[in-house]
Amino acid sequence: MTVTLQDDSAAAPSPDDDPRVVPPLPVRPLGAAGVQIDGVSKVFRGPGGSTVHALDSIDLTVAPGEFVCLLGASGCGKSTLLNLVAGLDRPTSGTVRVSGRPALMFQEAALFPWLTAGGNISLALKRAGVARRDRPARVAELLALVRLSGTADRRVHELSGGQRQRVALARALAQGGQVLLMDEPFAALDAITRDVLHDELTRVWKDTGRSVVFVTHNVREAVRLGQRVVLLSSRPGRVVGEWPVRIQGPRTIEHTEVSALAAQITVRLREEIASHAEA
Amino acid sequence: MPRPEDLRPVDTAGPVGTAGYRPAGPVLVAAGPAERVEREDTAAVGAGLDALERTTDTRPPAWRRFLSGAYPPVIALVVLLGLWQVAYTQRWKPEYVLPSPASVWDTFAGMVSDGSAFSVIWTSVSRGLVGFAASIVLGTVVGLLLFRFRWLRASVGPLLTGLQSLPSVSWVPMAVLWFGLTDGAIYAVVLLGAVPSIANGLISGMDQVPPLLTRVGRVLGLGPVGLMKDVLVPAALPGYLAGLRQGWAFSWRSLMAAELIATSSKLGLGLGQLMDQGRSLGDPPTMYTALVLIFLVGIGIELLFFRPVERHILRVRGLAPAT
Repeated sequence: MTVTLQDDSAAAPSPDDDPRVVPPLPVRPLGAAGVQIDGVSKVFRGPGGSTVHALDSIDLTVAPGEFVCLLGASGCGKSTLLNLVAGLDRPTSGTVRVSGRPALMFQEAALFPWLTAGGNISLALKRAGVARRDRPARVAELLALVRLSGTADRRVHELSGGQRQRVALARALAQGGQVLLMDEPFAALDAITRDVLHDELTRVWKDTGRSVVFVTHNVREAVRLGQRVVLLSSRPGRVVGEWPVRIQGPRTIEHTEVSALAAQITVRLREEIASHAEA
Repeated sequence: MPRPEDLRPVDTAGPVGTAGYRPAGPVLVAAGPAERVEREDTAAVGAGLDALERTTDTRPPAWRRFLSGAYPPVIALVVLLGLWQVAYTQRWKPEYVLPSPASVWDTFAGMVSDGSAFSVIWTSVSRGLVGFAASIVLGTVVGLLLFRFRWLRASVGPLLTGLQSLPSVSWVPMAVLWFGLTDGAIYAVVLLGAVPSIANGLISGMDQVPPLLTRVGRVLGLGPVGLMKDVLVPAALPGYLAGLRQGWAFSWRSLMAAELIATSSKLGLGLGQLMDQGRSLGDPPTMYTALVLIFLVGIGIELLFFRPVERHILRVRGLAPAT
């Protein structure tokens, strides 16, 4: 099933009739897009009639199982775009098509502190329609997937920052959707932990075949993780460049090929940022 | 740092296609041979990081915490009793105003040994608990409704806050006017004292829930009711508990006020009535005993209920102080 969101500016939609409140997906044919964004624009109206053009005619298609990194300086509307795909907001014009309910991860793990690690995952499973008796086994499976076996009963505050993000990843996977949206999820972690989580995310992505849309402002991270890097301009956000990443073998952030492509993309990114200085 | 020869080639160019792709349901791990996409030592480095980050519980054992918590108030109490005894032996006040600690103790011990203390306490506490339970239900419903419906909050919210600052003793004459000298009047006063605090505690608790948690709830697919049940109310629990505690304090105080004022043979003998009885019979030790009992009940409810519940709620969230 495809959920289509279109702008209906006539009547302001209330959160109650959000069409995304749908049961887990029925079977979706392979080959169809994980995410399809067609001509999406988003305009925010500020006080006094001022308008901010956050996104301008964005076209982006993410194939099933594809890992796409969205790159851009601040103010490029990366997070706005993810909110649109996640169904937390509606585009001013254009359509967003997503196969099922996407999961969304943030810079903060945003786990519920009154639940255990397992409880957080279990809540997502419950919303995904997993029967109560099946949930403990599924929780264990998910925790094993993110290499946190045996931590189901730990409280959130007893976990390190990296562990929390892994639980958040497990919770996102527990939602069962085929699309995983990540909004700078590793930006607040130290370099070594981030490095480990890059490896883990790559492994989990390969294992689960999710489509991933990964937003970052870190060029090397984008090249390290993505199969494709998409560069957005700032104010308004537009797609201004796209690079396929064709690096053989396991990558690391120190990899020479990663550095080379990152340098190339950085040149373009700096041009884009510098163009704003004239105004 | 891996050398190039440690890395095995894996094709990562282009979409990975359908490896592990499952169309529906949270089935996770793909069938088929696992391909290596990470460095050999990633699991070990991750485990090392986890081990380094692990914190240990450094709290002293429970009995030591209890003792170190119990000593200071006991000392304060002994000093207070000593001052009382001095005041009595120096005859600073006549005996019908300030009886000796020993005579109060005799009355107290007598009431405890013949069991009348417990029946008086139970009369008051059962009233308090019934009224408080009703207040929790009512206050919670009012709080949820006011949070959910903005117009209701805009209209009724200020009134509720105003009620909260109104001394609930001032309801006693009204309640007697409406319900006569009955238990109904006492319950009305208890409710009017507790409901605004409980409702406001819940509302302010939910106001303080980080917006990010609400967003997560929406991403998980929770609707308005699910959001309230699974995110907003659990997240608001510390604020809600503060409201409950204040609500209990208010209802206990207003209960005592109501019992002191609404004294009638039709009503059972509660702590307030006991004190009033002591006053009208010119029996100061009974009055002081009633005061001590009221004080003990207040401390008991705090130590047996609110303190442990609060500690648990805070500790679960990693908010409790170390001691």
